[in-house]
Amino acid sequence: MSYELIGISVLWLFLYGYLIVASIDFGAGFFAFYARLTKQDHLINRLISRYLSPVWEITNVFFVFFYIGIVGFFPDTAYYYGSALLVPGSIAVILLAIRGSFYAFENYGSKNNIVYLFLYGASGLLIPASLSVALTLSEGGFIVKQGSTVSLDYWTLFTNPLSWSIVGLAIVSVLFISSSFLAFYASRAEDHAALKLVRTYALFWSTPTIIIALTAFIYLGQHNERHFQNMMDLWWLLALSVAFFMIAMWLIYNGRRYGLAFICIMLQFFCAFFAYGIGQYPYILDPFITIQNSVTSPAMGFALVVVFIGGMCMLIPSLILVFKLFLFDADYVKGKK
Amino acid sequence: MAIDTVMWSKLVTGMTLGFHAIFATLGVGIPLMIAIAEFMGIRKKDPHYTLMAKRWSRGFVISVAVGVVTGTAISLQLALVWPNFMKLAGNVIALPLFMEVFAFFFEAIFLGIYLYTWDRFKNPYIHWLLTIPIVTGAGMSAVFITTVNGFMNQPGGFVMEAGQFTAVNPVQAMLNTATFSKVFHVLSSAYLTGAALLAGIAAFALLRKGASAYHKKALNLMMAVVLLFGLLNTLAGDVSAKFLAEHQPEKLAAAEWHFETESGADLILLGWLNAEHEIIGALHLPKLLSFLAFSDFNAEVTGLEEFPKDEWPPLLVHYLFDLMAGIGFTLLAISVLYFLFLFWKKRNELNKWLLGIIALGAPMAFLGVELGWFYAELGRQPWIIRGYMRVEEAATSSPNIRMIFFFFLLLYIVLGVMCVLVLRRLFNNNPAEVEMEKWMKEKRNPSTEKGERT
Repeated sequence: MSYELIGISVLWLFLYGYLIVASIDFGAGFFAFYARLTKQDHLINRLISRYLSPVWEITNVFFVFFYIGIVGFFPDTAYYYGSALLVPGSIAVILLAIRGSFYAFENYGSKNNIVYLFLYGASGLLIPASLSVALTLSEGGFIVKQGSTVSLDYWTLFTNPLSWSIVGLAIVSVLFISSSFLAFYASRAEDHAALKLVRTYALFWSTPTIIIALTAFIYLGQHNERHFQNMMDLWWLLALSVAFFMIAMWLIYNGRRYGLAFICIMLQFFCAFFAYGIGQYPYILDPFITIQNSVTSPAMGFALVVVFIGGMCMLIPSLILVFKLFLFDADYVKGKK
Repeated sequence: MAIDTVMWSKLVTGMTLGFHAIFATLGVGIPLMIAIAEFMGIRKKDPHYTLMAKRWSRGFVISVAVGVVTGTAISLQLALVWPNFMKLAGNVIALPLFMEVFAFFFEAIFLGIYLYTWDRFKNPYIHWLLTIPIVTGAGMSAVFITTVNGFMNQPGGFVMEAGQFTAVNPVQAMLNTATFSKVFHVLSSAYLTGAALLAGIAAFALLRKGASAYHKKALNLMMAVVLLFGLLNTLAGDVSAKFLAEHQPEKLAAAEWHFETESGADLILLGWLNAEHEIIGALHLPKLLSFLAFSDFNAEVTGLEEFPKDEWPPLLVHYLFDLMAGIGFTLLAISVLYFLFLFWKKRNELNKWLLGIIALGAPMAFLGVELGWFYAELGRQPWIIRGYMRVEEAATSSPNIRMIFFFFLLLYIVLGVMCVLVLRRLFNNNPAEVEMEKWMKEKRNPSTEKGERT
């Protein structure tokens, strides 16, 4: 396997990882705020903060890891996306900054400040919306190159139904993934009141997720025929995705095996995300960057892979330790430790 | 003069780095202090030290949050504000950036565990062991990022071919000639600053609220660390000056206003320049620059006039350099004075004047770090990669950068103010003595509900 293929596979996997953990995190922030507004916070906020407190920084690192990895393996991406994304990228950075720091202020500093909680909850929905712009841009037609300057055509971007459907999909799937994870966490903690509430959230957000996913897929077909056809060739992945979704819904609806249900939802997104990614191959930015024409030198590719393997050998045991201590330690989850 | 996009780009990055430097320094420096305090607490079986570790880590995590988010900002700004730089150098500097993410990841994981497991282990040393990955993770983050800065000053490990870096050897690029002195200076100054801050806070508390065992112990412990790293930091500064004299003479010459190459060069303190570049009102220390640069009073020191004028760094850096070095020596002197008073029984090391100076040492240390970084960055001008790429070639061409500057300015004002307010509320509402009493009471009756988060 060539370096560029290893590189993009690992990065895509990491982006998928970010999608899951960040969705849980972003959505949980929003639900914490929403529950406060509807005076149901006594039911779930303790649950949310017990899970989030030890892991919030880890989420952020997934994102930086992906970004540094893609710039490292494919330096041209920095040039094109960097030039084009100055404004949306900066907005995303500012939102991430507000969210991260206000989480810490709220959680470690002064408890129960509704303004902090609002900033924390609202930014959680705006960040996926602004980050998803990068995915839209990769479809081509939005980044213009004139001579040596690269710029973003805002008018085309804002009037394109594809970009709005991707934004919608990002927001809705954040809420769906997060609520189904919280249902799992609540059932694990045997917190029935909280479970009842987050289960309704999960059921509520499931249908919009699948509808907006379909809408985005149709608009993709209108915008980028090649990508759409490639994804149609991977129909079995898409079918698997829908099947996992159905299983998850059935389990949650019947109120059993929430852990399995969440795994099904992870697999649902895994299949769809990889169908999308493989369909886009070999482009990172249609039509300017392919993984072959932008890959870094072999020496650097090799060094990055070595560091990656070394890093994983350190990180995986530490992550297992975190999961054992906070996620799968039943006493901790129940709040006895 | 209208400000062009290049200038706005410089301002955005300078502002972000200037703000981030405060929290990055805390992020590297404070974990070591926490580790030392917790170790002392276990060793001496003195709960005061354990409480120090607890309280410091509680404040630390808030600064970490701001450090993380501003660090994310600067890493993305590399591509957003300097796309041409990343296009050219991304090939070479990706490795240390990648490693930095791992180091930070490692630190973040263990910090999360550390904060939430104070009472979960029977053997207290196990909890203390968690500080080791935190301290090393933070330190290694600093090392990797500093190699990138070293590369910008002393690029190496590649061949320039048709405007591209080819035949890249990323490890050689990381181990460039600037790396050692820079890493040494960054680490020593971060630990010095961390200790100076905590000593300053203890001194301030003693001044305001009178004697307290907790703050006395904290002051004593941290002043010892200030002394140690004050010495190491002076050594690191010396190593850095010698490195500059050999490999980047224009940077040292600009800092010293040393225009003509000469042997037995004077060290110039402060003063100002007239239109003909003559130095007025400065203090000349004969032959000391030669000694500083080469450990030889008669060595020849390269002057700025050897370089084309459009490659001169701004001459303002002279003041940054002098002030930075002055602060370094002052901090060292304060700690020496403290221990002289401590051991010389007739004097009271807790007298008002000395405590006041120690408290002032905290903001001074941060000022020193800032001045040092601004000297390092301005002293490299006009280059972004010395000898290969100028700053103006690297910047974005988007005029939106001006608006972005104000966005980020607003963000940093909000974050800075909030951070101070939250920290003040966190500690003012919960003084150390009160917390100590509460904690001891809980220990005596374990039946009362344990604190959720300690």
